[in-house]
Amino acid sequence: MHRRGVGAGAIAKKKLAEAKYKERGTVLAEDQIVQMSKQLETFKSNLEEFASKHKQEIRKSSQFRVQFQEMCATIGVDPLASGKGFWSEMLGVGDFYYELGVQIIEVCLALKHRNGGLITLDELHHRVLKGRGKFAQDVSQDDLVRAIKKLKVMGNGFGMIPVGGSYLVQSVPAELNMDHTVVLQLAEKKGYVSVSEIRESLKWERERACHVLDHLLKEGLAWLDSQASGEPQYWLPALFSELTSRDVTPEEANQITP
Amino acid sequence: MNETLVIQQRGVKLYDGEDKAKLDVGIALLSTHQLIWRDLKNHECCIAIPLSQIIYFEEQAAGIGKSAKIVVHLHASPANKEPGPYQQSKFSYFKLSFKEHGQIEFFRRLTEELSQKRWESTPMSQPIPTATNSQTGRTRAVGIVGIERKIEERRKETEKISQSKLMVKAKEMVELSRSIANKIKDKQGDITEDETIRFKSYLLSMGIANPVTRETHGSGTHYHLQLAKQLGDILLAPLEERGGMMALTEVYCLVNRARGMELLSPEDLVNACKMFESLKQPLRLRIFDSGVMVVQLQSHSEEEMISSALDNVTDKGSLTAEEFAKLLGLSVLLSKERLLLAEKMGHLCRDDSVEGLRFYPNLFNSQA
Repeated sequence: MHRRGVGAGAIAKKKLAEAKYKERGTVLAEDQIVQMSKQLETFKSNLEEFASKHKQEIRKSSQFRVQFQEMCATIGVDPLASGKGFWSEMLGVGDFYYELGVQIIEVCLALKHRNGGLITLDELHHRVLKGRGKFAQDVSQDDLVRAIKKLKVMGNGFGMIPVGGSYLVQSVPAELNMDHTVVLQLAEKKGYVSVSEIRESLKWERERACHVLDHLLKEGLAWLDSQASGEPQYWLPALFSELTSRDVTPEEANQITP
Repeated sequence: MNETLVIQQRGVKLYDGEDKAKLDVGIALLSTHQLIWRDLKNHECCIAIPLSQIIYFEEQAAGIGKSAKIVVHLHASPANKEPGPYQQSKFSYFKLSFKEHGQIEFFRRLTEELSQKRWESTPMSQPIPTATNSQTGRTRAVGIVGIERKIEERRKETEKISQSKLMVKAKEMVELSRSIANKIKDKQGDITEDETIRFKSYLLSMGIANPVTRETHGSGTHYHLQLAKQLGDILLAPLEERGGMMALTEVYCLVNRARGMELLSPEDLVNACKMFESLKQPLRLRIFDSGVMVVQLQSHSEEEMISSALDNVTDKGSLTAEEFAKLLGLSVLLSKERLLLAEKMGHLCRDDSVEGLRFYPNLFNSQA
């Protein structure tokens, strides 16, 4: 009968196992990479199955896209990182967002001469939908936000500023710090703001308020109405609604302002 | 098909005609059969309108200080109408005010439902409100129960997806890749260059962020190498046309519009451009102090750009970025960067006022 455990043979065996383990420790990463390539195959077939059930839904339902994205984020995968990724290739989710990115860039560029590179998410949404036409896929504001987050990496200053329950989308590299943001938020209600309003609401010194407003003027984000009754008003074209404004070409703008 | 939820939107206030309803902000829900407004806190307080009652509806755009609204005009209420929070209204219409936006989607869906009239062909999942709480005079729209059930189902579906094979597998792979990355970082064992490249391509396929950066290849993979070569070909002519420089966002739009499908992600583009130098392409990725990223032709040297800026500014006496852009036929963004560069090198100086940023030749320099 064979007895386990004790004895020279067992000790030698254990030593051999330990040595092997140590040796294995140094090659373990390579093994893991091989293991990963096998797992990749399994993953691909799982993704194919998922795609056969949900591919249409992803394209058509913005709600489903939200759920899907949140899930990926929890796990630690970014389905939009690369057009070469499996997510993009098999689910087609990449092309949807990358194309949206192109449309966002184009809308922002077209309106920059008017609003200085700042636009409300609402207006952006409205114009993107208009540009897509009747038969295009449904696009939600959540979709826009995700596409914009991806655009940031290209260094054009894309960012989002929380204002009045929604966002302002910035598409130029103008530096906007907390002071500027707070003034934008203050201006959101009426579309314009004055120095005394800032001093009253935010309790700032006159100089600080003027400094911020000057910066906004320089960056083309605010226009000065020095003929307003009372004191000068600083208007934010980004906050104009379509009802109360009409498009002015750069030439016209140059003629109006002295 | 039973009654299904089409869309819901939070942050909606109800107006009885022109009067602000004595109700708080709530949720507006649209099903295939009804339009429902429900108080956020008190779910028993709700108003359900069968879609068949709607004659006509329209949008009211947002104004300064006003949220966008949808105005819904109704038929006269039938005699057998169940009691609700509004027994009688002197108006024949109500308004939904969207405090948290969402009106555009809601309006589209309402348009769809009213044109498709799906309620005509299918029964409601529950009968029209019958339960009455005689004490408060408020009606619980029983149809709501069906809709709430759908919301719950949807939540369960989300859970199902997260527990699906796919996501479980994805999670495993994320953990595995972290373990590998740690080993590479600690330089444990004999990982060859080849294996590192393979590993990076797995990360790319999975959409897992690369925690390991190597001097030789950065975040690049074979895919990005190929892409960099392609870009080197595609971009030569457009760059020449645009004075040798294009913003990366311009490149992104140009390339993706040309492709039509299998588009590049922003990250793909950046990673490919980073490889221009090592591939000895005639292009370079350049990042200005402002963070603006451009692709630049090697043949258009720095000195040329700066002297061109100086020449133009001297010629005109002074220039703003907009004026310079018009002169050269470039984008304002890039003209500004060139002027800033010339300024940095000491050839120009600025006059920064509320009327704009204007550049002058640096006379301190030239007349010193």
